[in-house]
Amino acid sequence: MGKRIVVDPITRIEGHLRIEVEIAGGKVVNAWSSGQMFRGIEMILQGRDPRDAHHFVQRSCGVCTYVHAVSSVRAVENAVGVKIPANARLLRNLLHGAQYQHDHIVHFYHLHALDWVDIVSALSADPKKTAALADNVSEAPWGGTAYYKSVQNRIKSFVDSGQLGPFANAYWGHSAYKLPPEANLMATAHYIEALRLQAKAARMHAIFGGKNPHPQSLVVGGITAIRDLSPDRIAEFLYLTRETQDFVKKVYIPDLLAVASFYKDWGGIGGTTNFLAYGDFPETDAEPESLYMPRGLIANRDVGALKPVDQASVTEDVTYGWYEKGDAKHPWSGETKPIQEDPEYRPGSGQYTWLKAPRYEDLSSEVGPLARVLVAYGKGHKDIKPLVDSTLQKLDVPVTALFSTLGRTAARGLETIAIGNRMETWMGELLANVKAGDTSTYEPWEMPDKAQGFGLNDVPRGALGHWIDIEGGKIKNYQYVVPSTWNFGPRDSKGVLGPVEESLIGTPIADPKKPLEILRTVHSFDPCIACAVHVIDPDSNEVIKVNVL
Amino acid sequence: MEKEKEFYERLNSKGVSRRDFMKFCTFLTATMGLSSSFVPKVAEVFAAPKQRPPVVWLHFGECTGCSEGLLRSMYPWIDELVLEILSVEYHETIMAAAGHQAEENLHNAVEKYAGKFICVVEGAIATKFNGGYGKVAGKSFLEIAQEVVPKAAATVCIGSCSSFGGIPAAKPNPGGYKGVGDALGIKTLNLPGCPPNPINLVGTIVNYLLLGKLPALDELGRPLFAYGKTIHDTCPRRAHFENDEFVEEFGSEEAALGYCLYKMGCRGPETYNNCAVAKFNDGTSWPVEAGHPCIGCSQPDFWDSMTPFYEEL
Repeated sequence: MGKRIVVDPITRIEGHLRIEVEIAGGKVVNAWSSGQMFRGIEMILQGRDPRDAHHFVQRSCGVCTYVHAVSSVRAVENAVGVKIPANARLLRNLLHGAQYQHDHIVHFYHLHALDWVDIVSALSADPKKTAALADNVSEAPWGGTAYYKSVQNRIKSFVDSGQLGPFANAYWGHSAYKLPPEANLMATAHYIEALRLQAKAARMHAIFGGKNPHPQSLVVGGITAIRDLSPDRIAEFLYLTRETQDFVKKVYIPDLLAVASFYKDWGGIGGTTNFLAYGDFPETDAEPESLYMPRGLIANRDVGALKPVDQASVTEDVTYGWYEKGDAKHPWSGETKPIQEDPEYRPGSGQYTWLKAPRYEDLSSEVGPLARVLVAYGKGHKDIKPLVDSTLQKLDVPVTALFSTLGRTAARGLETIAIGNRMETWMGELLANVKAGDTSTYEPWEMPDKAQGFGLNDVPRGALGHWIDIEGGKIKNYQYVVPSTWNFGPRDSKGVLGPVEESLIGTPIADPKKPLEILRTVHSFDPCIACAVHVIDPDSNEVIKVNVL
Repeated sequence: MEKEKEFYERLNSKGVSRRDFMKFCTFLTATMGLSSSFVPKVAEVFAAPKQRPPVVWLHFGECTGCSEGLLRSMYPWIDELVLEILSVEYHETIMAAAGHQAEENLHNAVEKYAGKFICVVEGAIATKFNGGYGKVAGKSFLEIAQEVVPKAAATVCIGSCSSFGGIPAAKPNPGGYKGVGDALGIKTLNLPGCPPNPINLVGTIVNYLLLGKLPALDELGRPLFAYGKTIHDTCPRRAHFENDEFVEEFGSEEAALGYCLYKMGCRGPETYNNCAVAKFNDGTSWPVEAGHPCIGCSQPDFWDSMTPFYEEL
């Protein structure tokens, strides 16, 4: 047995995640991913008004804000049988598109970049050479020797203060950092610029959603922001979309390519096998046909053999989760119960996580940007395919390099361009409707006594499904299977590893005391763990038996 | 003064004039309920802190929405808060270190700045099953809070979860979640909201840096400068309430006219917060402006006491 190392807390993520790996011969040979918190929002939802559910589930995650709310109202709308007006669909697409733009920028710069960028090395950069490098690789609106000198001085006076705050005690100087000092300085400057840009980009949510995080304008049947369908509000939104998209094209993507060119070996590390996308952005009432990002399943990396997706094939397995034992079940029939004790963490010999193991048929499947981009690529998507081909060409790497940590991080950037561009089309349609006098944003409906519904979305971190069972006009059962449960879930009853566990195997570790390489792959999935942990208990009054192993 | 000059030069290079900055300081000073003579002092806090006050930010049973809210701060920008105004010693969402290096940072900060750091807590604390439903680095939230909070100069609970328990404490509260004050049996400064407006955290911290003490609080530990009036009392739609002009269906003509949302379930009359005045995301909007009723998210136990949200009070 090799040496075990534990990274807990995994920082620069949402939630409480623990990763444990076993190392032999300088490489990871086994891995366990563990969610360390349980709140039980689905248990809390039982017996409540289905109209309220979206407010509750949105609080699953404040980073991927909005997404659970939209999945939830879609699930209830599916159950009660209401079709929302075109404007509501367009506004939801725009809010969702804004979430992609915002989320992916924050992930790249603030959650992921420090795995590749050594800020301390930036102190020894030549500002003049940095300016030349920046001019060469990007069209950033700021730059020049004086600019980079002032950024460097700012970092220097920060370091000189002796109060290193969030930058203290990191893996600076690690041998796996490959960027020259100038590239590190450029990326650090853009890290700071991106902090400001994201605050502006979040205003898009406030325009049609009242605030961000946790916008508050969705309702079952549509959206309440009818008064914001005014020329000034629409123009403000358009302006912010363009400013954000400008940053994506002129700064984010060039930085991504520049950094990637130094880490091409990561095109062969961190890959998984199966990929699932529910798809998103309905452009008419027809689903999945009209989804801008398409739906599909890829098994065994066979991108050419795309399979259709049926929500009935989704199950969750609890063999290694801290739940009472039971067979893998579909969300509508799931009866799962958390153990009523302080859970014992037993990786390798028993249960080790609050996450369940979702499977599509029997497949452990990666979800998220890479899955979406591969499915779109397999479909010959008119916007995604050329973006992927030109990126592979620029980096001079083969298509197989997509199945990797690098491929995942690149896919996230590429879909940001495509979705951001598409937002202009949706804005155009919305404007045309408003111009023609159509400001309809809500369709009235009535609560049935009994109904079942589901809402499938593909959100920044991957495929998201909500399932609801209504009885007596109240929530009888509610369950959601979220992206980070797909990616960070544990082994199933057959011993098949979860995608992240699988992806870590084979990762080289230069220094077990500073496992930077683990963070690279874990962060490439953009973990969001608070929402990954959940449970159903159809009868909250039932006394749950303690199940001790 | 040199630092101050540099500060304004940098603001300027970002397209923020000294005038804009002073306008923000004036707004913030007014939000905090201080007289205008404090404006230059508020500006000084941002321009030239001597030693940056250490902050330890703990994440418990939460969704990170409160941290995300703070990231949206535009005056001061978040990079200024982190690089020039505060010394954020521990914050899991933004810190570079991970694993045992991160734990070491927490330990070092708590020891080095014992009695001097501001502890900001985001999220509720699981108390059932020995605190077993929520852990960081093998320690329960409860153990971490018991270790860190008593050593802080002041503890600020950001958001409804750390203030009052919030969503994980909603019925049936599977993990026995509680707010920090409740779980530890202490008094805390509470900034409830789901998430709260970052301006109220900035205002609280500036108050502390400026006057060396926390702002005046109500009986629930909420700063009066932010939570002194109800949403209803400050709502721009109030006149419609007085005139019996109500929205009775979303998407209706009355909704388009911006009538009062009381009959749609608005909890404004029972909710203390400054949303209507401060608004969110650089004053862009707030829920009622977006046509949605207030859900009462800064009141204790609002997930139980304010629901069903769409039924009239």
